[in-house]
Amino acid sequence: MDTLNLTKSMDLNFIEQVSRESGQNPSLCYQCGNCTAGCPYTHYFDYPVSQIMRLLQAGQRNIILTSKAIWLCATCETCTTRCPCEIDVAMIMDTLRIIARRENKVSEKDIKLFYDSFLDSMKEHGRLFEMGTLLAYNLKSGHYFADADLGPKVLEKGKIHFFPKNIKGKDQVAKIFTRFQEKAKKHG
Amino acid sequence: MAEKEYAYYAGCSLEGTAVEYDMSMRQVFKALGVKIREPEDWSCCGSTPAHTVDHLFAAALAARNLTIIEKMGTDTVTVPCPSCLSAFKRAHLSMTADESFKNEVNELLDEPYGGGVIPKSTLQIMIEDVGLDAVASKVTHALPGLVVAPYYGCILTRPPEIAQFDDPENPMSMDKILQAVGVKVADYAFKMECCGAAFGVPKKDMVNRLTYRVLSMALDAGANCIAVACPLCQQNLDLRQSQVNSTMGASFNIPILYFSQIVGLTYGLSPKELGMDKLVVSADEVVRSRIAVEELEKKEAETRAEAVAKAAEKEKKAKAKEDNTKTEET
Repeated sequence: MDTLNLTKSMDLNFIEQVSRESGQNPSLCYQCGNCTAGCPYTHYFDYPVSQIMRLLQAGQRNIILTSKAIWLCATCETCTTRCPCEIDVAMIMDTLRIIARRENKVSEKDIKLFYDSFLDSMKEHGRLFEMGTLLAYNLKSGHYFADADLGPKVLEKGKIHFFPKNIKGKDQVAKIFTRFQEKAKKHG
Repeated sequence: MAEKEYAYYAGCSLEGTAVEYDMSMRQVFKALGVKIREPEDWSCCGSTPAHTVDHLFAAALAARNLTIIEKMGTDTVTVPCPSCLSAFKRAHLSMTADESFKNEVNELLDEPYGGGVIPKSTLQIMIEDVGLDAVASKVTHALPGLVVAPYYGCILTRPPEIAQFDDPENPMSMDKILQAVGVKVADYAFKMECCGAAFGVPKKDMVNRLTYRVLSMALDAGANCIAVACPLCQQNLDLRQSQVNSTMGASFNIPILYFSQIVGLTYGLSPKELGMDKLVVSADEVVRSRIAVEELEKKEAETRAEAVAKAAEKEKKAKAKEDNTKTEET
């Protein structure tokens, strides 16, 4: 267990920011551990979700935003469903990912890259182009043969398309991306 | 059922790796007389990646589709994929609950969403609007050897405030539908345990481990097949089953069917129409085991008659033996 000097490291603004952006009240958490008990990913987390909640109460911005846990959470909603204080824990994890992304502190680069490849495909075609997304991910991540063993299986079943399906309104979708980026820039 | 028409949002997976979900869902709805119409020029819902960027952005990507559906003049959209469903529900609920959030989302869109579309899963339509009696009434075939573990995945009924459907810990809608079409359903403890979701590509080993548990538990529950309602669950359990076998030293060979494929089989629909050949782990044995209900009843009646005849024969023989001993004694 690490010892934290709270006088030096407690960031009250961070607690306020997460509360505002998630619409949740982290101070309601009394550390029962029910979220961690049900979390299917807890074995892979560097900090179990209940500890993320405690670190949040202590305003530990940097530890939380650079943690692997916030990116390994799959939003399965088990924690939210079982929290006796009715905190939407998954929403807090979601908000922490958003802030980590904004502040460029993402620890799990491959996961972010996969999400970005997905969104790029969506921006370009209006719908997800599965093959393009996977190839873009493999190229950018350097995992050139990720899931190469599965390729022949999906090909044999005729389930994967070699060409994207561009929707008529793909520009409308792309505009959602650009309008959001402009808005985000304006608000810093 | 009334002549209601639903918008049917298939989503990107159902055009690709989950095409058999789309094929079988459409066939089952057709058999049940559920009228569906695809929204024109729909776009991706944004799914998991969008909500790691921003809540407003994620809501806008989903809401573009809700606007299209609203203009179709229908108040309900039915969505087979739980991830799309969840994106729509979140966008709809947060926009209708908060006027300023709604305005902010609409600022990102070409055409604003007014808030008049209720998103529902295809399971919900089948159990609430069609009803179990009607679902059962179309059955022509039985799958006598099949024991199904119904696997709901994590977000179909969670969190309860968003899903507003079935039970968040022990959902029963799929169990009930499968039972209504005469299929044996296993008592499956992991019906909501996460399969690893969208981490298949970037975190394969983690997903393989989680999937291993889901598959093992199904076998422990006595199932020889798993029914799913989610393209991502299906992909992790079916397509990645060989990966699980090699990384975990297992030898699973358990078919993973969409619940709509199982229902379709009991309706006598052709395996081809239901996309059975699209499954990676073969479900040929399930298809081969299918038998017309009348034929099964006839067979069962014959077996019963045979058993009765055998028992009578046995009794007769025993009696004859008894008589013989009696004569010898005298």
